[in-house]
Amino acid sequence: MSSELIVFLVLAAVAVISGILMITRANPVNSALFLILNFLSLAGIYLTLHAQFVAIIQILVYAGAIMVLVLFVIMLLNLEDEERLRDTLTKRHYASMLLALVTLVLLVQVIGWDGAGSLAGMTEFAPNSVEIGTVEHIGSELFTRYVFPFELTSILLLAAMIGAVVLAKKRFP
Amino acid sequence: MIPIHYYLILSAVMFITGVVGVLTRRNAIIIFMCIELMLNSVNLTFVAFSSYLGNVDGQMFVFFVMAVAAAEAAVGLAIVIALFRNKQTVNINDVNILKW
Repeated sequence: MSSELIVFLVLAAVAVISGILMITRANPVNSALFLILNFLSLAGIYLTLHAQFVAIIQILVYAGAIMVLVLFVIMLLNLEDEERLRDTLTKRHYASMLLALVTLVLLVQVIGWDGAGSLAGMTEFAPNSVEIGTVEHIGSELFTRYVFPFELTSILLLAAMIGAVVLAKKRFP
Repeated sequence: MIPIHYYLILSAVMFITGVVGVLTRRNAIIIFMCIELMLNSVNLTFVAFSSYLGNVDGQMFVFFVMAVAAAEAAVGLAIVIALFRNKQTVNINDVNILKW
C-alpha cells in the first residue's frame, strides 16, 4: 500500500465519519463543528489531487466564511428548545434511510467497484495535473475564457447580498 | 497511484450522507448544512475528474459552485432568521403555511 493511498484513506475516513456525526448530533453547534472537520479533510483530499488553489479556497470560503456565518446564526437564535428538536427514529426515518441506501448502491454500481468500464484508463493523474491547479493557471483561465461567468458571479453575489439584507430586516416596507 | 473510482465512491457516500440528513432532520439549520455537504461532495467529483483528465474546467466549476454556495448561505440564513422572528422556531414541521 503506497503512502499516497494511506493518506487518502485516512482523510476519506475522517470525511465520512465526520459527515455521519454531523447528521446525527442533536446540538446544531456540534453539527457545525463536525461539518468544519469534514471541510478540512476535504481540503486535504484536494491537495492529494494536486488542486492547491481549490484546497485553499475550501478552507478560506467554506470552513472560514460560510461556517462562521452558520455558527453565528446558531448562536444568534439561541435555540433553547433544541432538545425538543431531538429526532426520534420513526417509520419515515427508516424509509428514507432505505431509500438512500438503495441510491448509494445504484451510484456505486454505476461508478463500479473495480474501476473498470469507462473509468478503466484513469489510474494516473494527467501529466499536467500539477500545473493546472496553481493560482497562476486558474487565474489566467478565469480572466480569459471564463471572464463572462466571473462577472455574472459578481452580479449574483450583489443580488444575494441585497436579498439577505431585505429578508433579515425587521419590517418589510 | 490511487484510481479515480476511489474518489468517486467517497463522493457518492458523502452525497448520500447529506441526503439522509435532509430527509431525517427537522432543524432547518442542520438541513441547510446537509445541503452544503452535498455541494461539497459534487465539488470533489469535479476536482477528481479535473486532475485525472488534465483539464482545468472542473476546477473552474468548483469556483463557481462555491460562489453560488456563498450566495445561498447568505440568503438561506436570512430566511432562517426571518422564520425564527415570525414563528420562534426552526423546526420545519411547524412551518407548513404553504402546505395544503
